Amino acid sequence: MSDANTRIKETVTSNDVVLFMKGTKQMPQCGFSSKVAGVLNYMGVEFADVNVLADEEIRQGIKDYSDWPTIPQLYVKGEFVGGCDIITEMTLSGELDTFFADNGVSFDKEAAEKIREANA
Amino acid sequence: MPMNAREIEDLLRITFPDAQIVVEGNDGVHMSAMVVDESFRGMNRVQQQRAVYAALKGKMDGTNGELHALALTTKVPT
Repeated sequence: MSDANTRIKETVTSNDVVLFMKGTKQMPQCGFSSKVAGVLNYMGVEFADVNVLADEEIRQGIKDYSDWPTIPQLYVKGEFVGGCDIITEMTLSGELDTFFADNGVSFDKEAAEKIREANA
Repeated sequence: MPMNAREIEDLLRITFPDAQIVVEGNDGVHMSAMVVDESFRGMNRVQQQRAVYAALKGKMDGTNGELHALALTTKVPT
């Protein structure tokens, strides 16, 4: 197991919700990362952000870890949930609410509804 | 080298010969693709999209990947 792999495993197991992204949640540096971070921020989800642009080893390592070629990547309770398109679909369909609820992740249900109303 | 919609569709067609495939976008770097295929039945979204990425054979990979961003939608035919 490579060093990057070990570090990623540690990160996703010690934080309930982790977003590997380009930039930070305060300052995303890619539209796709921005979209997912924006949804989580708006829904009031507490999450750890990992800026892959600041760490080349993690940038490649996370793609190998999940067998997923793109960033952002969302992890909940150590499991890879999806990238931007999947998270967007799950947000709009309400599946993300259920998923968070099932995993004991607290979020603002009203905010989630507002996102859906705005995108209806 | 950016890829045009046609090239992306052709590449996907090899893996998903019977799928409904719609590729959109004109800058060759930020593109979107929708793939509707029977083979997705029983797979979750992550598995479906992994299958599509696999069909693109590394075109999404790394800083030298030809496609920076491909917005993906995968569905099972209804």
